[in-house]
Amino acid sequence: MKQLTAILEGIGSTLQLLARSAAHVGTLPRQRARFIEQCYLIGYTTLPIVAILSFFIGSVLALQAGYSMQNFGAKQFIGSLVGLSLARELGPVMVAILVAGRVGSAIAAELASMKVYQEVDALETMNIPPARILVLPRLAAILFMMPVLAIIADLVGWFGGALVSNYVNFIGIDSEAYFAALRRYMHFKDVMNGLIKAEIFGFVVVLVCCNIGLNTRGGPREIGASVTRAVVTSLILILVLDYFVTKALL
Amino acid sequence: MPSCSPTRNPFTAEETPAVAVSFEGLSKSFGDHVVLKDITFNVEPGEIFVLMGPSGSGKSVLLKHIVGLEAPTSGRVLLDGHDAADEEVRAQIRIGLVFQAGALFNSLTVYDNLALYLREHRLSTEPKIREKVMHALKILSLENTAAKFPSELSGGMKKRVAIARALVMEPQLLLYDEPTSELDPVMSATISEIIAALKDEYHVTSIVVSHDRDLARSIADRVGILMDGKLMHLGPPSTLQNPSDPRLKDFLNPKIDLKNPRFKKLET
Repeated sequence: MKQLTAILEGIGSTLQLLARSAAHVGTLPRQRARFIEQCYLIGYTTLPIVAILSFFIGSVLALQAGYSMQNFGAKQFIGSLVGLSLARELGPVMVAILVAGRVGSAIAAELASMKVYQEVDALETMNIPPARILVLPRLAAILFMMPVLAIIADLVGWFGGALVSNYVNFIGIDSEAYFAALRRYMHFKDVMNGLIKAEIFGFVVVLVCCNIGLNTRGGPREIGASVTRAVVTSLILILVLDYFVTKALL
Repeated sequence: MPSCSPTRNPFTAEETPAVAVSFEGLSKSFGDHVVLKDITFNVEPGEIFVLMGPSGSGKSVLLKHIVGLEAPTSGRVLLDGHDAADEEVRAQIRIGLVFQAGALFNSLTVYDNLALYLREHRLSTEPKIREKVMHALKILSLENTAAKFPSELSGGMKKRVAIARALVMEPQLLLYDEPTSELDPVMSATISEIIAALKDEYHVTSIVVSHDRDLARSIADRVGILMDGKLMHLGPPSTLQNPSDPRLKDFLNPKIDLKNPRFKKLET
């Protein structure tokens, strides 16, 4: 019962934070510097790890598909399998998980530390709403950067799959055939579905991590606890939402 | 709002009214733990009021009620006769709070810490903001710290920057939470002098929460002592010399008794 109350309180306070942030949307143009800084932190610094992981996920996908499909002569479909898997599912989910681990944890730690060391209280005494300057630029930045990260993950993953298909002996599908299959069975809608998912996951991760950070009580120990809670909650939400969003988009 | 003694704006020749603060039957509980019990007293406009009391007596909690960081369980706090719980009232009255640990924004330089309030409320142009920030830093002899980050400052400097940040708000009411804690005696005396100078110069109402007896005796117009959530004493600093209540006596002039130490008594 106590846990259920805590979950409901968490949902309530997250929605309140969203409403408070949305109320200041009009201030975004004059928060350009903060928005750009957050885009840099959320997007640019996450890019290398997204590229490395998606390259190898695309490669492994092609390797596994090639190994399984060689027995029944369906190797020519590797391109479409890798393309669709990455665009519709693995790309957005993997990027969201990376964002939760890398960006969400950093947001939760920074806001929790600001709360514990009374910087958030200081903002409130100055009549500067924390939702306006701490949450809104982050939410705007994730909305802007998430599709970019997801598209890069797709492209690099496809490229990784193409390399493996071309150079691994038992597959032996050249890049032209690989990308032809990818184009034949994949539609614009598939990529869009993936981008919508990425957008939803990223937004929820940042909102939840901001809320957990800003609701931290106590001392330095609670900062660590908040970071753990933020990442775990984000990961659970990504996977739960993945099912429902996928179902809605099918 | 009724006009009171004027607060001179530290940055222009303008004058704004200093603020009166009234606590009316203020009580606060956290769960079963009662922190403040029916606190009633007034702070006059332009006065330095020092609130003393042992650790955990509820001083900081009382201060937080003035700025809306805590909501009363019962009773209320009035700013010039208006309820401080009302956000609009707090938005109209400029209140500066100097936090115990400074609460400076660690990701911003000292300059940006001071400029944040003016920028966010779009109160001045950037050249004017620069002028005001540098003036506030000059008042507190901190001109050379503008480009530094809070982590590069000493404890005393952080307190002074926190005061400068509050001063930039051109406050009508300045609240200090333990401004001399963790400072050496000379720096404590410096901070006390700054608080007194700001009152003399700008006639701002000041409420200082502190353990510091020297500060209370030298700069306070009146002193209140909180013990176990109750206001045990209220009067000018001269009344602190010979308190009749034994607990007040022990708090104000504690004798170190090695043969019969207090912590042993606490154990029993």
